[in-house]
Amino acid sequence: MSLADGPLPSACPACVALPATEALAESRRRAAAAGLVLSVPGLKDAAGMALAERTLAALPGVTAARVNLTLKRIGVTASPDITPQHLTEALSRVGILALELDPALLSTRESERRGRDLLMRLGVAGFSMMNIMLLSVAVWSGAEAATRDLFHWISAMIALPTLAFAGQPFFASALASLRARRLGMDVPISLALILSSAISLYETIRGGEHAYFDAAVSLCFFLLIGRYLDFRSRAAARSAAEELAALEVPRAVRLADGREQLVPIADILPGDLVLVRPGARMPVDGVVAEGASELDRSLLTGETLPVAVAAGAATSAGEMNLTGPLTVRVTAAGRESSLHRMADLVAIAESARNRYMSLADRMARRYSPAVHLLALASFVGWMIHSGGDVRLAVNVAAAVLIITCPCALALAVPSVVTAASGRLFRKGLLIKDGTALERLAEVDTVVFDKTGTLTLGAPVAAELDAHRPGDLEIAAALAAASSHPLARALAEAIAARGLLPAPVSDLRERPGYGVEGLWQGRRVRLGRAAWLGAEAGAETATWLAVDGQAPVEFRFIDRIRPGARDAVAALTAAGLRVRLMSGDARAPVAALAADLGIADWQAEMLPADKAAAITAETAGGHRVLMVGDGLNDTVALAAAHVSISPASALDAARVASDIVLLGQDLAPIADARRIAVTARRRIKQNFALSLGYNAVAVPVALIGLATPLIAALAMSTSSLTVTLNALRLK
Amino acid sequence: MDTLAILIPVSLLLGGLGLAAFLWALRSRQYDDPEGDARRILDDQWDHRPKP
Repeated sequence: MSLADGPLPSACPACVALPATEALAESRRRAAAAGLVLSVPGLKDAAGMALAERTLAALPGVTAARVNLTLKRIGVTASPDITPQHLTEALSRVGILALELDPALLSTRESERRGRDLLMRLGVAGFSMMNIMLLSVAVWSGAEAATRDLFHWISAMIALPTLAFAGQPFFASALASLRARRLGMDVPISLALILSSAISLYETIRGGEHAYFDAAVSLCFFLLIGRYLDFRSRAAARSAAEELAALEVPRAVRLADGREQLVPIADILPGDLVLVRPGARMPVDGVVAEGASELDRSLLTGETLPVAVAAGAATSAGEMNLTGPLTVRVTAAGRESSLHRMADLVAIAESARNRYMSLADRMARRYSPAVHLLALASFVGWMIHSGGDVRLAVNVAAAVLIITCPCALALAVPSVVTAASGRLFRKGLLIKDGTALERLAEVDTVVFDKTGTLTLGAPVAAELDAHRPGDLEIAAALAAASSHPLARALAEAIAARGLLPAPVSDLRERPGYGVEGLWQGRRVRLGRAAWLGAEAGAETATWLAVDGQAPVEFRFIDRIRPGARDAVAALTAAGLRVRLMSGDARAPVAALAADLGIADWQAEMLPADKAAAITAETAGGHRVLMVGDGLNDTVALAAAHVSISPASALDAARVASDIVLLGQDLAPIADARRIAVTARRRIKQNFALSLGYNAVAVPVALIGLATPLIAALAMSTSSLTVTLNALRLK
Repeated sequence: MDTLAILIPVSLLLGGLGLAAFLWALRSRQYDDPEGDARRILDDQWDHRPKP
C-alpha cells in the first residue's frame, strides 16, 4: 500500500489536506483486508449489487459488506464467529451464487501497487504531453526567433523531468534486456526517447528550428497506454488464477487424542487420522480405518456409479464421501498425494505448450532489429551524403527512430486482448493465460468430457411414472432421511409431483448401504441393490424394498448441462469437429452422444487414453480444444492446444486449463471461439495498419523531410486507428 | 507577447491542478472498481430519505 510506504509526495496536495479522511479510509481498508472475501461470478448490475450488500449487511454479526463489481468480489467485515458458509447460504437464498475465497492467497497488493504506479506515470506523461502540444502548435504555426526559443525552453523544462520519470519502465526493461544480450522492443524505444530529447535539447541551446520534445513525450504517453493495458490483462489473468486457487480452501479434520481439529492440509502427516464427513471431499490419500460409506469417484475417473467402501479400502484425494462418516488413516498428503502426482504429468504436458510464441513476440522479434538497422543506415547515409554533418545525420536518425517506434505496434495487441477478455469476462469466462485467446482461434477440433462437463454430474430420478404412488410415498419418506445425492434427488423429484411422504417411523441410515424404517409395522428399506438382495443393473439406480414384496428399482439419469446442446450445435455449425471422450460406461455415453448429435464418441477411456488420443490428434496436424472437469481429464487438458474447464471442476483440472467457465451454462464456449477468431483478425489488421503508417512515414523521415509535426501526426493517428479498430470487437 | 508571461504559467497551473486531482483520485483508490462505482448511482435505496 503506497500510503503506508512513506511520507506523501508533494505532488498530491489534496492528500496532505485530508489526513483524517485518509487515515479513516486506511483503517477501514485494513479491516476489510482481514475480513472474508467471496467471489460472485454472476453479479452484473446495480440491483444485484444492492441486493447482495443489503442481504449480507442484514445478517447479525456482519459490520460491512462491499461489492467490487469490476473484480466480481464481495469484501465482508464480520465478527469472527461468522463463517463463509453463513454468507454463501444467505446469498443463495436470494438467488446469488457466491463462492468462498481464501483471502491469504489473494496477493493482489503488489500487482495493485504496480498498476497504480503505471497509471501515475501515464497521468504525468499525459499532462506534459498536452502542455507541450499547446506550445508546439504555436511553433508549428510559425512562431519565430525569441518566441520559438522560449517555447522550446519551456517544453524542455516540462519534457525532460517527465521523460526521466515516466520513461523509467522502458529504461529499466531495456537495460535488463541489454544485460541479457538481447535487443527487445524496449531498446529502440529507450534509444528513441533519449536520442530525441538529447538532440532537441542541443537544438534548443543552439536556437534551432526543430525540437522533438512533443514527439518524445507523446511517444512515451502512447507506449505507457499500451504497457498499462498489457499489465491490466496480465493482472486479470493472474488474479483469475489466484482466485481459482483460493476457491478451494484446503482444510481437513484431524483426530488427535480423541478431539477433532480443523487444520490446513499442509499440516497433515502420513499416519494421522482424518475424519471425512458425508458430503465432504477426501483431502488426502489413505486407507479407511473406521466406518462404511459410498464414494463418488466421478471427478477422478468419470464413473457415475458410486463405489461402496468399508474399513481397509484405499481412498484417494478428490473423491467425494457420500453416506457415512469415514475415519481415514493418511498414507500420503499434500505433495505426495495422488492429486499432486497428477500435477507432475500436467507439468510435462504443459512444457510443450509453453513453447507457443504469441503473435506479438513474433512481430517484435522481426521488427526490433529492422528499426535499429534503419536508423543506423540513415545516420551513415546522411553522414556520407552531407560530407560529415553530424548534427544533420543525428537529427535524421532520431526522426527515423521516433517514426518507426512501435507506438501503434505496442497498442496493437494489448488493446485487442483487453477488449476481448473484457467481453469474455462479461460472458462468464476467465482467461488464465495471455496467449489462450490466440490459441483458441486456431482450434479445429473440440473434445468434450462427459460427466460434469456436458452433464451436470448430478443425478435426476427418471421414469417415476412407472412406479406405484404408494411406493413413491414410502421412498420419499426414506429418501428424505438421507443426504446421499441419489436420495436427495429422489426426494426432490417425488415432492415435485405433489406426493407427500408416507408416515415411516424409526428411520435409520445405514452408512454405505441405505436407509431403513418401519411403515405400517413392516420393515422398509431404500438403498443399494446388493443390500436388498436385488440384481444391480448397469445404470445408476437405487432400490426400494418393502417386506414381503419384490424390490423396486428407481433409475437415475445425469442431467445435461444447460447450453451444452447450443454449444455443440454452434461449434459444429462453425465447421469444427466435435468429439466426446468419457471414462464412463458405454451405454450412458452413447445415449448422451445421440442426444447431443455427436457422431464421434468413445467410452471407458482411462486418463492416459484421453491424453494419448489428444496427442494423436495433434500429431495429425489438428489443433485441439479440450473441455473437461475431472482429474481423469487433467493430463488431456494440459496436452491440448487450449483447454477450458467449468468452475465446478476439480482444482487440478482448473489449474491445467487456460480458460475457466464461471457459470453453469456451456453456451459461452461457442461465443468464446467466435470472439477469439475475431480478436485474432483484429490483431493482424492492427499490425497491418501500423506497418502501413510506417511504410508512408519512414521514407519521408529517411530523406530528411520529417518535421516534428509529421512525427506527431503519424504517431497519434496510427495509435488512435489501432485502438478504435480494437474497440470494434463484438 | 506580454500576455504569454501570464498565460503560460496559468495554463501550466491549471494543468497541474488536473494532474494533482488525478493523482489524488488514484491514491484514494477511486479507480479500484470503476464498473461498480458507475452503477452505484443507480441504487434507489436512499431515494426517499437520506442515508442515516
